[in-house]
Amino acid sequence: MKQSNKVLHAQYIASLRKEKRFIRFYQIVIFVAFFALWETASRNKWIDPLLFSSPSTIGTLFVQKIRDGSLLVHSSVTLFETVLGFILGTLFGTCLAALLWWFPRFSKVADPYLVILNAMPKVALGPILIVALGPNFSSIMAMGTVISVIITTIVVYTSFREVDSNYLKVLKTFGASRFQCFQEAVLPASFPTIISTLKVNVGLSWVGVIVGEFLVSKQGLGYMIIYGFQVFNFTLVLLSLLIIACLATVMYQVVAWIEKKLIKNR
Amino acid sequence: MMSFLVVHRVSHTYFTKKTAITALDNVSFSIEKGEFVSFLGPSGCGKTTLLSIIASLIRPTEGTVMLEGEKIHSIHPSVGYMLQQDYLFPWKTIQENIFLGLNIMGINTQETRQKALDLLNGIGLKGTEHHYPNQLSGGMRQRAALVRTLATDPKMLLLDEPFSALDYQTKLKLEELVWKTLKDYEKTALLVTHDIGEAIAMSDRIFLFSAKPGRLVRTFLIPSELRRLSPFAARQHPTFSELFQFLWKELDSLETVK
Repeated sequence: MKQSNKVLHAQYIASLRKEKRFIRFYQIVIFVAFFALWETASRNKWIDPLLFSSPSTIGTLFVQKIRDGSLLVHSSVTLFETVLGFILGTLFGTCLAALLWWFPRFSKVADPYLVILNAMPKVALGPILIVALGPNFSSIMAMGTVISVIITTIVVYTSFREVDSNYLKVLKTFGASRFQCFQEAVLPASFPTIISTLKVNVGLSWVGVIVGEFLVSKQGLGYMIIYGFQVFNFTLVLLSLLIIACLATVMYQVVAWIEKKLIKNR
Repeated sequence: MMSFLVVHRVSHTYFTKKTAITALDNVSFSIEKGEFVSFLGPSGCGKTTLLSIIASLIRPTEGTVMLEGEKIHSIHPSVGYMLQQDYLFPWKTIQENIFLGLNIMGINTQETRQKALDLLNGIGLKGTEHHYPNQLSGGMRQRAALVRTLATDPKMLLLDEPFSALDYQTKLKLEELVWKTLKDYEKTALLVTHDIGEAIAMSDRIFLFSAKPGRLVRTFLIPSELRRLSPFAARQHPTFSELFQFLWKELDSLETVK
C-alpha cells in the first residue's frame, strides 16, 4: 500500500512538472513568434519600418546607447523617480488612511472630496505641479506620487474599517487605547490590502512619471520617447517602451516577493 | 458585606434611525465571589449586551454595575472576556497572542510571562508557543484564547458562548478543562449560553432570561450534588436529566408565550 502510494505520488509530481513545462513552452513560443513575426514583417515591408522599426534595429540601437552610457542614465533617472514616487504615494496614502480612521468625523467630512479627487485624472495636475515645483526632478516625482496617493488612501481606509470588530473587542477588554488598537489589530490585519495596493501603484507610478517626463524633463525614458517622437525616430521610442516594460515587470516581481515574505502566516 | 458583582436595575436600549429596541429591561442580580453563573435564554434576550455592559464595553442606558463595592466606569483589569470564537491574531505566534493582554496593560514582566507560559503548559498546549494559530485545531485555539484571557489574572471571567463554535466532543472536553481551571484559580465566572446541558453541567446558579425585551425571569440554584461534580460527571448524574427536562419546559413556556 505504502509503496503504491509512493509511486502514485511520483506520478502526480511528474504530471505537475509536465503541465508546468507545457505552459512555459507556449509562453516562450509566443515570445519568439512575436519578435520573429515583427522582424519578418518589417524586412518584407508588410509594416512600415520607419514607424514600427524592427527588433534588430532596436537591438543595434540598444547596444549603441549602452556603449555611450546614455541609456543607463535615462533608465536610472526614470527608475529612481518611479520608485520614489511609488514609495511616497503608498506611504502618504497609508498615513492619510490612518488619519481618516483615527478621526471618523474627519473621514465623513472628507468623503465627497476624496471621491472628486479620485475621479479626477491626476495627470491633468501636471502643468500646475510643474509651475509650483519647477520643471525638474521634484515635479516629476510629485506626479508619480499624486497619481497613486488617493486610490491608496481609499483602498487602505476601507480595509482599516473592515477589520473584524471582534479583534478590537479583544483588545478593548484589556483596556487598549485607540493607538494600541491601531497598532495591534488594524494595521497588521490590513497588511495584505496594503501590499496589494502596492502592486497597483507600481503601474500607476510609471504612468505618472512618464507623463511628467513628457512634459518637462531633459532626461529619462519618458524624455527618450518624446524626443524620438519629435525627431521621428521610432526605434528610440520602441526601445524606451521595451525597457519600461522590463523595469516595470522587475518592480512588480519585487513587490510580489515582499508580499510573499510579509504575509506567509495567513 | 456586599456581593462581588452587583447589577442594579440595568436597562439598555439600542437606537437606530427607525427604531428603539430595548435589549435589556430592568435587570438586577448579584453574584458572590468564586461562583459560576450561567445566563440561559433564547437568542435576542440581551445576554451578550449584558456581558458587554459588565465588561463596560458599552454603557447601559440606565442602571449601575458594581464590582467589589465599586461602581465601574471604564474597562476594569479584573474582568476577563472570552468570545464565541478564539479571535487569536493570525499574524502573531501563540506566545505573542497570550502575551497580548500583558503588553496592553503594561504588565509584561518576566514573572507574568512565565505565569502565562505555565498556564499554556497546564492546559496541554506545551510546545505550541512558536506556532501560528492556523497550525492549531479549533479546540486548541480556544484553549489558547483562554490562556490569553487568564494571563492578565482577572478575578472574574465573562464567557460569551465560548464553546458554541466547537464540535460536540471538543466542547465536552473543553467544558471540563475550563471548569477545572476556573475552580483551581478560584475565579468567578459568568457564562452566556443557549445550551441547557452546558448550563446545568457547569454552573452553580442559572439565570433564565426571556427575550424581547431581555428580562431576568427566574433563578435556579443547582443542587449541591451536581455542583460538586465536574461537568462531564454531572452529565451522568440522574438529577441532571430531571433538571434538564424542567429547564426545557421553562424555556419552552417562555417562547410559546410570545
